[in-house]
Amino acid sequence: MSAPADAIPQTEQPQYLRLAIVALVTLGLLYAAFHLYLIAQPLFAVALLTVGVLFGLIYSRQKYYNARFIFPGVAAVMLFVALPIGYTIWIGFTNYSSFNLLTFERAKSVLMSRGSVDKSTEQAFAVADLGDGRFQIWLPDSSLLSGPVTLSGDIEEAEVEPATEPPALLAAKDAIKLRSGLQALTLHTPDGIALQNSGLRTFASLMPDYREIEGGRLERIADGVVLTPDHTQGFYFADHGEKIAPGWHVNIGWDNFDRIFNNAGIREPMIGIFIWTVVFATASVALTFTVGLALGVVLQWEHLRGKAIYRILLILPYAVPSFISILVFRGLFNQNFGEINLILEALFGVRPEWFTDANLARTMILIVNTWLGYPYMMLLAMGFLQGVPQDHKKAAALEGASASRVFFKITLPQILPPFMPLLIASFAFNFNNMVLVLLLTRGLPDIVGTTVPAGQTDILASFTYRIAFGFSSTEFGLAGAITLLIFVLVSVISYVNFVAMRRGTQKRNAR
Amino acid sequence: MIVERPRDLRIKKVFAHGFLIVFLAFIMFPFLMVISISFREGNFTIGDILPRNPTLEHWYLAFGLDYVRPDGTVIEPPYPVMLWMWNSIKLGLMAGFGVLVISTVSAYAFSRIKFRGRAALLDGLFIIQMFPTTLALIALYAIFDSLGEVSPFLGIDSHLSVVMVYWSGVVLHIWTLKGYFDGIDTALDKAAAIDGATPWQTFRLVFLPLAVPMMAVIFVLVFIGAINDYPVASVLLRSEDNLTLAVGSRLYLNEFKYLWGDFAAAAILSGVPITIVFLIAQKYLVSGLGDGAVKG
Repeated sequence: MSAPADAIPQTEQPQYLRLAIVALVTLGLLYAAFHLYLIAQPLFAVALLTVGVLFGLIYSRQKYYNARFIFPGVAAVMLFVALPIGYTIWIGFTNYSSFNLLTFERAKSVLMSRGSVDKSTEQAFAVADLGDGRFQIWLPDSSLLSGPVTLSGDIEEAEVEPATEPPALLAAKDAIKLRSGLQALTLHTPDGIALQNSGLRTFASLMPDYREIEGGRLERIADGVVLTPDHTQGFYFADHGEKIAPGWHVNIGWDNFDRIFNNAGIREPMIGIFIWTVVFATASVALTFTVGLALGVVLQWEHLRGKAIYRILLILPYAVPSFISILVFRGLFNQNFGEINLILEALFGVRPEWFTDANLARTMILIVNTWLGYPYMMLLAMGFLQGVPQDHKKAAALEGASASRVFFKITLPQILPPFMPLLIASFAFNFNNMVLVLLLTRGLPDIVGTTVPAGQTDILASFTYRIAFGFSSTEFGLAGAITLLIFVLVSVISYVNFVAMRRGTQKRNAR
Repeated sequence: MIVERPRDLRIKKVFAHGFLIVFLAFIMFPFLMVISISFREGNFTIGDILPRNPTLEHWYLAFGLDYVRPDGTVIEPPYPVMLWMWNSIKLGLMAGFGVLVISTVSAYAFSRIKFRGRAALLDGLFIIQMFPTTLALIALYAIFDSLGEVSPFLGIDSHLSVVMVYWSGVVLHIWTLKGYFDGIDTALDKAAAIDGATPWQTFRLVFLPLAVPMMAVIFVLVFIGAINDYPVASVLLRSEDNLTLAVGSRLYLNEFKYLWGDFAAAAILSGVPITIVFLIAQKYLVSGLGDGAVKG
């Protein structure tokens, strides 16, 4: 095959158009970075700034031509894999949770924007309809009338001046319909007081609850209590030690790890979950491998007819989207109206509690995972079995070896080395197979007496997911710390896999 | 093996077929049950393997149509299945095309363009990718929560955010394509260079057309991966109209609102097209898997 030489266009691309697009994208990225900096996310701001600057440089200057090819891939991996991994580890050293959700600046501005109604200025109001889509606000108690306002819901300000009662005042229930417009309205009295809508029928001035005093502290205006920010705990504390929500997230060092290793309510379930994770991953690999290999051997048998149809049917569990199969099993295993219990009761008179008994739930997970995973192993086994030389098997058979002896002495030793890296990869996959756990059991049944939600069927990955995004718990910091531990384990597995792959390659090359 | 008596052979054959048929009966059981359940009346009724009073109620609801029962009551679809399916397909297509663009361009560079630190960069990417994205969900949530302040299109509950996460899973595909490009004779790019082609033109006009079969495999893999994803989508998508099938389907089997029959019909409806795509592609997918394994 040769390159069609005359098909390569020699025209130069319009430079200015390319530069304009590059400038536009760069400006967009820089704007986003600046915006992130403004909302106190310096880490993400720096990340986007780097991407923006690199993008601008690489795509505008001929010198970096080669980098243009790899930039998109590297940027995507850095932004959405490397950065999240690093950030997760960092979160592990903070108290980021539903209680300490904001940044310090945000928490402070939330407190500063809190206000309460000044009762002394509270007064009734009425709305006068000018008929042309504009209104006036009438404050009868102080005989003040505002200038015309639209009450459209946009933020409006108006002066009020002494006047006589206007005609055509709206009835109270019609005035209530204009509530969204009224709430966006601020009235300025001649004395310089700002009045806002403070209830269905009243306007009043809103007094801020806190004011800033020296040393970054806040004073509660109503009773003079001083709030001191505590940057080791991420909360403002009042004089008498009361914690004032909302909190912000701060670095708390190794505290999360301390909790994991020393708090019995977390450590005990976590050890259990770790053991189950290893058992689950090992058993899943062993079961899928055994079943897959057995089927592969049968399907490779030369005297078997109808191979094609068997093969297609056996692959089906692999072809159906796994989230559908898992949910189907969730329904079939249902204790009360699931079809599996229906059949078991009809045949044996038993109704196993698949979702409330820990051992049965674990058995169920393994059954489902074997069902899902064996076709992959079968396909691989069929591929590797074809690579085993027929001569070896024939020679052994001639020597009088039985079929099973041939399999265990000749076939298995030959396919196991190339299989090894794939088995380890499968182990690593199942080690973090949270989709199965989350969709099938959600980790239930729960372990009793734990401080964080932990289930008998939880694996480490689903355990952290539930700690971070569960109904009752959003402890991002703790989840981040556990994730770091999982990262360490994943690194070990990956390293072992790497070594196994190297060995497999060497063996093959040596042959 | 070579010398087998006909009687032994016949017994063996019976055993082999018997084993396969019994095994298949167990494997096919869930599929047959789901088909039967989708035609059953109601969501709780326990029925026979063949439904006694078959009804199309669940199928009407799965297609998003109202169903009128014989007694006149109108049942409305509980969830927008067709919309979820469209969301899933949309995300899958966007993920597939994005990954293809990124991975072909990068793989070409890693295979053909010489620059400093090329091997180290590829190794680095590989090591980073060993950490599954699903473990960094907390950080992804925080990142998109912040980006949402810049533009809602990049925030939580936006499809673009989810797709960008899928795009980042390119390293394995870069690796596969690089292996494929490495196998292409270098005489080809030299010829192109002599004719005055820039590296970009060589890539677009010479390498890309050659890689089409491999690209098809990668596209299907990414597409199926995106449709099957639960963790990322469940964290980043919030409102019911934005959900994907994988996240939405779970709502059917809620303890408080258990819609077994409706789920069965929706599951078949959404599962069949994806299964067919997979079965058509699986021949190529498997050879791709094998290649990846052998290359190491």
